[in-house]
Amino acid sequence: MRYIANSDADRREMLSAIGRTSLDDLFSDIPQPVKDKFQSLGLSSASEMEVSAKLERLASLNNISQGISFLGGGVYDHYIPSAVKHVTAREEFYTAYTPYQPEISQGTLTAMFEFQTLLCELTGMEIANASMYDGATALAEAALMATRATKRKVIAVTHALFPHYRRVLDTYCWAAGIEIVEIPTGADGRAELSQFAPGIAGLIVQSPNAFGIVEELDGVKESIGDALLIVATNPISLGILTPPGSYGADIVTGEGQPLGIPASFGGPLLGLFATRNSYLRQMPGRVVGQTIDADGNLGYTMTAQTREQHIRRQKATSNICTNAQLCALTATVYLASLGGDGLRQLSILNLKNAHYLAERLSAIPGCSLAFRSPFYNEFVLRVPADPRKLWRGLKENGILVEDPRLLASLGIGDGLRIAVTEKRTREELDRLVDLVGGMR
Amino acid sequence: MGYPTQFRYSKEHEWIDLAGDRAKLGITEHAQSELGDVVFVELPAVGTEFKQGDTLGTVESVKAVSDIYAPVGGKVVEVNSDLEASPETINQDPHGTGWLIVLQLTDPGEADALLDAAAYEKFVNEE
Repeated sequence: MRYIANSDADRREMLSAIGRTSLDDLFSDIPQPVKDKFQSLGLSSASEMEVSAKLERLASLNNISQGISFLGGGVYDHYIPSAVKHVTAREEFYTAYTPYQPEISQGTLTAMFEFQTLLCELTGMEIANASMYDGATALAEAALMATRATKRKVIAVTHALFPHYRRVLDTYCWAAGIEIVEIPTGADGRAELSQFAPGIAGLIVQSPNAFGIVEELDGVKESIGDALLIVATNPISLGILTPPGSYGADIVTGEGQPLGIPASFGGPLLGLFATRNSYLRQMPGRVVGQTIDADGNLGYTMTAQTREQHIRRQKATSNICTNAQLCALTATVYLASLGGDGLRQLSILNLKNAHYLAERLSAIPGCSLAFRSPFYNEFVLRVPADPRKLWRGLKENGILVEDPRLLASLGIGDGLRIAVTEKRTREELDRLVDLVGGMR
Repeated sequence: MGYPTQFRYSKEHEWIDLAGDRAKLGITEHAQSELGDVVFVELPAVGTEFKQGDTLGTVESVKAVSDIYAPVGGKVVEVNSDLEASPETINQDPHGTGWLIVLQLTDPGEADALLDAAAYEKFVNEE
């Protein structure tokens, strides 16, 4: 894009056109405490060298290698094969966007088509888009799609949904005038799926849910009539769990971070979105299709673009008419590196590690699992001591578990949510058990 | 292709063929030629009611997706379901078998403001 210089007069004119008096006035939505905190860094009067040093110091706080991670809640500490970074760093591939010019972008477009195909195989669905921003926006887009497809304005959502997904969903629905009804969690940690009002556009269920529990979804589709069944899931869990397509899901969304993307603070993340062919024209995002060129050669190109913003403007199906290309490529290479058997083994390893740890932790006097239902690689442990004290104590000993306030926001004030991946060794698991046993 | 003189036309390039308080509705020859090959049509369900100017459906071609606006208000009493399987009919015969829906008019007077064939043709040539 060309650089366009603005004079002070230009800025004043633009501000007055939108009814603002100054730049501060324009950014008045930024909460004052955030502005104050920024001011307190003293960057505005510092030299470039000082600013750089200060920011590096801040950035170094974002270091997950400072501890052994049992963090979960949507982002997990999985091992990333070195092939993944080698392939994605190739200059032919290294782009943040889906390319518009197929004649010079066959490599990237082929990878995108593979991504969509892999996602369909993984979820048991018929079509997938070329990815969205993250698991939360993919889910919110699914809610909007359900209201478009059914022309109804109520979405049912289970209580045991990651709180940050729920907040994004609430924001989207608030803006679109969609009502949300919540389905409670039963004593078994599963959603009470018989308890929702008829006339909904869609039912959103996360499985494994926010407590790590695998929901029972057989027969649910049949019980909700023509409302859409939307399943938010963890792609690695599908190495052993039934693909949602086979129990009738209409839309499957997920967070693609576990597929080869590092667990960084704040991202980048990867939104997964798959659905049925009949919903092609309701689906947000973009799609890469396979075709034949004028000479009869197999080729790949973006397709079904007529409903995207660059053509339909404000009437586009979604205002996410882009994708997280580099992260989607990463997921593609990751899945290809593992293969079907590899993914299954990985999935089982996650499950086994989590179950070993859960069993040992719940044997500690005073500790118990919050729910008795089947879980995948994440679980809630009720603890006899103040969970925040425990959380801090573990951190001091180099072990990272999630801030218990997140779990408290879901109604469990006396527990810790613990996630386990294939990366955790037996020694690390036992160390956590010893520390919790000593601190309770 | 000429514009049938018994039709009334909107500036959004829809035509209606009035018969009493009912009107058959389609898009014009000019509209289909601007759109190019039509690949999909999204039409309202029978029974849906529209006010004049409402969006009642979309026509998707390889180039664009365009809204169809109700040139007059009314209730949908019939839908051309053949278009589901063969949307290209709209390109081949926009003023005939490529019709979209039949509306039962709320106020037949609303049609008075629409263009006749000569005025529409003039409008299209000037556009």
